[in-house]
Amino acid sequence: MSVEILARIQFAFTVAFHYIYPPLSIGLGLLMVIFEGTYLRTGKVIYHTLSRFWTKIFALTFGIGVATGIVMEFEFGTNWAAYSRFVGDIFGSALAAEGLFAFALESGFLGILLFGWNRVSPRMHFIATLGVWLGSMFSAVWIVVANSWQQTPSGYHLVGEGLKVRAEVTDFWAMVFNPSSVDRLTHTWIGAFLAGGFLIISVHAWYLLKNKHVEISKTALRIAIPFVAVVSLGQLLTGHHSAEGVAENQPAKLAALEGHYPDTAAADMYIMGWVDQEQQKVYGLKIPGGLSFLLDYDFEHPVVGLNAFAEEDRPRQVNAIFQFYHLMVAIGMTLIGLSLLGVFFLWRGTLWDKRWFLQALVWSALLPQLANQFGWFAAEMGRQPWVVYGLLRTSEAFSLAVSAQQLIFSLILFAVIYSLLFALFIYLLNKKIVHGPEDFTLRDYRPKQAATADVYKS
Amino acid sequence: MDYSTIYTATIFGLDYPTLWFLVVGGVFSGYAILDGFDLGAGSLHLFFKKEENRRVALNAVGPVWDGNEVWLVIGGGALFAGFPNMYATLFSGLYVPFMLFVALLIFRAVSIEFRSKEPMAWWRKTWDTVYMVSSSGLSIALGAVMANVLEGLPINANGDYVGNGWDFLSPYAVLVGLTTWALFMMHGAIYLALKTQGAMYEFVTLWVRRSIIFFIIMFLMTSGYTMLFVEHMVVRLKEYPILLLVPVVAMLSIANIPRLAEKRNFTLAFVFSSITVSMLFVLVAIGLYPTFLQSTIDPAYNITVYNSAASEKTLGIMLLMASIGAPLVGLYTFIVYRSFRGKVKLDEHSY
Repeated sequence: MSVEILARIQFAFTVAFHYIYPPLSIGLGLLMVIFEGTYLRTGKVIYHTLSRFWTKIFALTFGIGVATGIVMEFEFGTNWAAYSRFVGDIFGSALAAEGLFAFALESGFLGILLFGWNRVSPRMHFIATLGVWLGSMFSAVWIVVANSWQQTPSGYHLVGEGLKVRAEVTDFWAMVFNPSSVDRLTHTWIGAFLAGGFLIISVHAWYLLKNKHVEISKTALRIAIPFVAVVSLGQLLTGHHSAEGVAENQPAKLAALEGHYPDTAAADMYIMGWVDQEQQKVYGLKIPGGLSFLLDYDFEHPVVGLNAFAEEDRPRQVNAIFQFYHLMVAIGMTLIGLSLLGVFFLWRGTLWDKRWFLQALVWSALLPQLANQFGWFAAEMGRQPWVVYGLLRTSEAFSLAVSAQQLIFSLILFAVIYSLLFALFIYLLNKKIVHGPEDFTLRDYRPKQAATADVYKS
Repeated sequence: MDYSTIYTATIFGLDYPTLWFLVVGGVFSGYAILDGFDLGAGSLHLFFKKEENRRVALNAVGPVWDGNEVWLVIGGGALFAGFPNMYATLFSGLYVPFMLFVALLIFRAVSIEFRSKEPMAWWRKTWDTVYMVSSSGLSIALGAVMANVLEGLPINANGDYVGNGWDFLSPYAVLVGLTTWALFMMHGAIYLALKTQGAMYEFVTLWVRRSIIFFIIMFLMTSGYTMLFVEHMVVRLKEYPILLLVPVVAMLSIANIPRLAEKRNFTLAFVFSSITVSMLFVLVAIGLYPTFLQSTIDPAYNITVYNSAASEKTLGIMLLMASIGAPLVGLYTFIVYRSFRGKVKLDEHSY
C-alpha cells in the first residue's frame, strides 16, 4: 500500500478512536454541572451523590481522551508534514489557541474536580467542574474551527510558489468564523451532549431494570431525558443549517451525500439506498425532489451533481459517503423518537413500568456514538480528494520523510495499544457501573457543604 | 533569499520570530520543569516497596500531572503555529521516536489512571512497572529528541529528512537522554521530599542524594561531549564571553542543590533545580539561535527561525493570545497547586 493510503488509514483510525472520548467529556461535563449546580441550590444529597458518581466515570473517559488527543496533535507533523507547512500559519494558531485557552483550563481544574472534594469549598468545587466543562467546550470550538477552515477556507491568501506555497492569515476573524464553522460547531457540540446524555440514561435505565439505586436513577432520568429531548431536536436544526452550508460551499460533497450525479437537475432525498457508482444510479427509498425542496422549498430546484466536477475533483467513495450520511440521519431521527417518547412516558408517569422501553434505553448509549462517528466519516470523506477544500490535495499533503515500513510499524503499534486500551476502558467502565453510586454518598466531615447549601436555600 | 528581512515589526527591539522562539523555549522549559518532576517521580516508583508508599508517591503527582502535560500540548501547538516548517520537519524526520513517545505517553496516562482501580497484587505490580518504565522512557526520549535538534539532522532542500529510520539513536542522543532522565529524577525526588513524611520521607531524601550524584556525573559528561563534538553549540559563547554568565549561573544553581538538600530545605532545592532546568534551556537557545535545526547535508538547508516562521500577522496574533493566555494559565496553576499544597493525604478519592 502507498504511504498516502497508510497515512490516511492511520489518521482515520486514531482520530475515530480518539473521538469516542471527547464527546463524552463534553456531554457528561454539562450534566455534571447541572447535577452539582442543583445540589448547591437545593442541598439535596442525592444530587451530590449523582455528581460524584458521574465524576468517577468522567475521569475514566477524560484520561484516555487526553492521551489519544496528543497523538492527533503530533500526527499532523509526523504524517502530514506537507500539509502542516501549508496550513501551519492558520491551523497551527487554532491549535495553539486550543492548548492555551481550552486544555489549560480543562486540565488545570481537573485535579480539583477529581481529588478536591475534601480539599476545597463546595462552591470552589463547582467552579472547577464548570471550568473543566467549559474547557472541553472551548477545545471543541478551536478544533472545529480548524477543521472547518479545511472545509471552507476563508480569511487567507496564498504566498510563495511550488513546494513552498502556503496559506497565510489575512483576516483572523474571517478565518475563525469561516462559512461553516458555526454550523459545524453547534452540530458537534450537540452530538457530544447526546453522547453524554444517553450514556447517563442508559446506565440509570439499567439500574431501574435491575431494581437497584432506584431513587437516584429516577432523579437522573428526570433530568437527562428532557435534556436529550431538547438537544436532539436542536440537532435537527443545526444539521439542516449544515446541509445548506455544504450545498453552498462544497457542492461536490453535497452531491456525494445523496449520490446525485446529473450535472444539474432536481435532486431526490433518500431515506435509505445503495449507490451504484458504475451506473451512476441510486437504488432505494426516496422522496422525489426532496433535496431540492430542503434547499430551496421547491421540488424542481436544480442541484449541481457530481458530473459537474472533473473526475479528479470529486470524492471517489460515493456509496460509502452516502451510507455514513444516511446512517447518521437515521440514528438522529431514532434518538429524537426515543427521547420524545421518554418525555411522554415521564409526563404520564408510566416510564418506570415500561420495561421494554427501559431496555431500549440501555442500548441507546451506542447510538449517538455511532452517529458522531458516521457524521465525521461522511464529512471528511466528502471533502476528498482535497485536504484543504479546493487548495491542497490529500495526495500532496503527506510526509515524504516517512516510509511505508515505518507507517506499518506505527499502525500496528496503535492497533495493539488502542485495542488494549479499549478493552481496559470497557472493563473498568463496566466495573464502575456495576459498583453503582452508593459509595459516593456525602461524608459528614464536610460541614462547609451543608452551610453553603443553606445559603442557597434561603 | 534572506527571510529575516521579511519581519520588520519589533517589540522591545526583537522581531516576532525571535520573540516567538523565546515563547516556544519558555513553554518547553515550563513543560520540563512541571512534567519533569512527575516524570522523575515516576522514574523512582518501583524503589518504593510498600503499597502505601507507592500510593503516596502516585498521589503526590495525581492532581497535577495532567495539567503539567498540557504544557507539552501547548508547546506542540506553539511550535506548529509559530514555526510550521520546523514542526513538520522535526516531527516527520524523527517519526519512529515520536511514535514511541506517544505510545509511552498513553501507557503512562493509563497506568496512573488504572493502577488503583483493582486490588489484585499482580494488577498493581504490572501498572507500577508500566508507570516507571514509561516515565523513564519518556524522560530519555525527550532528551534524545533534544540531542537530535542540537546535533542537526540530514535535511534536504525541501526541509525533508533523508536519513535512516534509526539514525536518531546517536551516542549523543543516548547521553543527553540519560542526562535528562537523571535531571528529572533529581527534580522528582526533591518534589517527593516536599510531599512525603515519616519513614518514606527519610527514604526519599536518600534518593535525592543518589539522583543528585547521578545527575552531576551525567551533566559533566554531556557538557564535555558537547564542547568537543557539538562545537556549533558553543560558538556563540566563545564570541560573546559575557554570555558565559549563563553556564556559570547554571553551575552555581546545580551546586546549590546538594547544599540545600543536606540542610533539608527542599522548597529552595526545588526552586534551584527548576532554575537549573531553565538555565539549560537558555544555554540551548543561545547555542541554536537563529538556527533551529542544522542540516548535516548543507548549511544552506538549515532551518532557521526566519525561514520556518509563520507570517508576521499570525505571529502578532499569537503573541497577543499568549499575553492573554499566560496569566490565565498561571492562575489555574496557582489555584491547583494551592489547593493541594502540603504533604499528601490519602482519602477515598485518591488513586
